[in-house]
Amino acid sequence: MTDVLLILFIITLLYTSISNRILSFIYMLIIQGLILFGVTFNALDKIETWNLVLVLLETIVFKAIAVPFFLRYLIKRNKMTRETEPFLPHFFSLIIVTGIIVITILLSNAVEDTHVQKIFFVVALSTLFTGLYLIASRKKIITHLVGYLIIENGVFVLSLAVGNEMPMLLNMGIMLDIFVSVLILGIFVNKIGDILVNPDVDELKGLVD
Amino acid sequence: MILLYLGIATLISGLFFFNRNRKLYIPLIVLFVLVQLSFTVYEYLHLHETDFKYFTVDALGILLLGTLSIISIPAFIHSYIYLNERKDSPKSQSIYYAAVSLLITSIGAAYLANHIAVMWIFAEITTLSASALIYHRRNERSLEATWKYVFICSVSITFVFIGILFLSLSLQHAGSDDLSFVNLMANASALNPFWLKLAFLFIFTGFTVKIGLVPMYTAGIDAKDKAPSAAGALFSGVLMNMGFVGIFRIYGIMAQTSMHAWANMILLIAGTLSIFVATVYMTRIKNIKRMFAYSSIEHMGLVTLALAAGGVGYYAAILHIILHAFVKSSLFFQFSQVYRVFKSKSIYDVGNYFKYNTTGALILLLGFLSSTAIPPSGLFVSEFLIFQSLFNARYYLLLGFVLLFLTIIIWGFGKNLLKLLFTPLSNFDESHVEKIKPVESLSQLILLVLAIYLGYNPPAEFVILIKEAVINLPK
Repeated sequence: MTDVLLILFIITLLYTSISNRILSFIYMLIIQGLILFGVTFNALDKIETWNLVLVLLETIVFKAIAVPFFLRYLIKRNKMTRETEPFLPHFFSLIIVTGIIVITILLSNAVEDTHVQKIFFVVALSTLFTGLYLIASRKKIITHLVGYLIIENGVFVLSLAVGNEMPMLLNMGIMLDIFVSVLILGIFVNKIGDILVNPDVDELKGLVD
Repeated sequence: MILLYLGIATLISGLFFFNRNRKLYIPLIVLFVLVQLSFTVYEYLHLHETDFKYFTVDALGILLLGTLSIISIPAFIHSYIYLNERKDSPKSQSIYYAAVSLLITSIGAAYLANHIAVMWIFAEITTLSASALIYHRRNERSLEATWKYVFICSVSITFVFIGILFLSLSLQHAGSDDLSFVNLMANASALNPFWLKLAFLFIFTGFTVKIGLVPMYTAGIDAKDKAPSAAGALFSGVLMNMGFVGIFRIYGIMAQTSMHAWANMILLIAGTLSIFVATVYMTRIKNIKRMFAYSSIEHMGLVTLALAAGGVGYYAAILHIILHAFVKSSLFFQFSQVYRVFKSKSIYDVGNYFKYNTTGALILLLGFLSSTAIPPSGLFVSEFLIFQSLFNARYYLLLGFVLLFLTIIIWGFGKNLLKLLFTPLSNFDESHVEKIKPVESLSQLILLVLAIYLGYNPPAEFVILIKEAVINLPK
C-alpha cells in the first residue's frame, strides 16, 4: 500500500513538471498532502490520539487544505495569469525530472543501509531535486513558492525514511516554523503583487553590485 | 530560567507590537535591555548548567550571549534615534521594535541551544523577525531584498533540516537517537561516516546563509543593505555569529571522527572562495553599506580558514568573531549618521565627512582601521593569530593568496572610505546638512575601544572561556 502511494507521489512530480497552469500545481500540492497522510498513517505502529492528531494536522490540515487555499487566494487576489511560464519546453522538463528520478534510484542502490527504506529515500531525494528544478526553471514568484513547498514535502518523506522520531515538542516547533514561513512568504507575494502587476523574477533585479 | 526569559522577552516583544503610544517605547526598551542583561549575568553565574532540557550554557554560548547583550544596547539607542528622526507611523515603529527584540531573543536562545533541532527552530525565527526589519522602509527595493532573504533563508534552513535528518540516520548506527550535541560528541566515533559527511555538507551549506559564506551569502548582503543601519549592525555581527555557532558545533563533532581532514577541506574551500568574492566586490562596489557587508563576508572567510587550520586558529576564530561583531556593528551604527548627513549610500554623493561631522568621521576612521586589522585594531591580534595558524598548518600557498586578497581589500575599502572622509564635494548643498551631536557617537566609540581592549589585554576570565570553548577540538 505504501509503495503504491509513493509511486503515485512520484507521478505527481512528473505531472507538475509538465503542467501548464498554476492551479494544477496547487491541485498537485493537495494530492501530495493527501498521499503523505496515507503514507504516514500506514507507517504508524499503533494509533495514539496525539500522534494521529499531529499527523492529521501536518498533512491534511496544513499541507492539503490551509496552504493550497492560501495560494489560491494569493493567485485570485493578485489576478495572476494562469500560465506557469517555464524557461524550457515541457518535453525537456519531463526528461529532466525523469532523469532526476533515475539518478536517485541509481544513487540509492549504491547506498547500502539497513536503517533506510530505499523507496522512501528515492522518493524523498527526487522530490527535493524536482522542487529545486521547478524553482530554477520557472519565472513566476508564486511557482517559486510552490517549488519550496514541494521541497518541504520531500523533506517530510525523508523524515519518514529516516524514521527517527523527534520529540513531540520539536515536531510542533518545526511544523509551526514552516507554517509561519509559508505565511510570511505569502504576505510578501501579496505585497509584491501590489507593486508589480504580474510578479516574476525578472522584475526583482534591482539589487546588484 | 530560560523559559522565564523567553516568556518575558516574547511578552515584551508582544507589548511593543501592540503598543501605539510613543511615550511607552523608552520604558519598554529599558525593560527589555534589563531583562537581557540580567539573563546574561544569571547564565554566566550558572555556567555549564542545563536548563529546560534543551539549553546548556557553555563557554561559547556565554561569550556570544555577552557580545549580543552588549551590542543590543547601542542597537536600541540607534534604532530609537533613527525611528524618531524618520517620524515613522507608530504602527511601523511598533513592528520594528517587536522584531528587534524577537531577533535578539531568538539569537540568544540559538546560542545556548544544546540540541541541533532546537537551534534550527530558533534560526528559523531569526529569519522571520529579520524579514520584518528588512521590510521596514516599505519600498520596492526593500521588498525585493526581503523576498530574496526570506526565500533563500527558508531554502537554506530546509537544507539544515535535511542535514539533521541525515545526522540522525548516522546516529542510528551508533545505536542512539538523542540529537543533543553532547550525545553526538560522545558517540562521534560510532557515527556512520557516509551519512555524517552528507549531514555536514547540508548543515554547513544551510548555515552559510546566516554566517555569510559562499555559497549562500547573497541574501545577507541585500538584507544588510536594505535594513535600517541599526538592524544591519545586528545582522552583520550577532546574527552572523549564530551561523558560526551552528557550523562550529557540527564541526566539533566532525573533528572527533576520521573525517576531520575532509571537513577541513570543505571549510578551506568555502573560506577562500568567500574571501575571494569579498575581494572582487569590494574593489568595484559603489554602495558603502554593501561594502561593509562584503567586509563581513571577508572576516567570516578568515574565521573559517582559522577553524580549518587548527591549533592556535581555534582560539583566534572565537576571538575574531567576537571582536568583529563589535567593530562591524560600530561601523553600521556610524553609517546611519553618514546617511543622515549625505542622504545617500553611493560613494559618488559623499565626501569631506570630517567637515560635517568630525566626531563621526573619527569613529569611521578608527572603524576602518579596526575592520582592516591595522593596529590599534583588536582584530589585528586575531588576524595575526589566524595567519600564524595557517603558517603552522603549512598552508603556505593559501596564505599567500589570502594575504594578497586582504591587501586588495584594504585598497578597495580605503579608496572608498578615504573619499568619504576627505575628498571635498563640488556640488553639495551644505545648507541642509544635519548637525549630529557628538554624544550620539559615544556608543560606537565604546564598542571600538572594547574591541581594542579585548584584543590586546584580554581579561583572564575571557581567555579561559575562549580556551574552554575550543577544548574539545583536537590540537
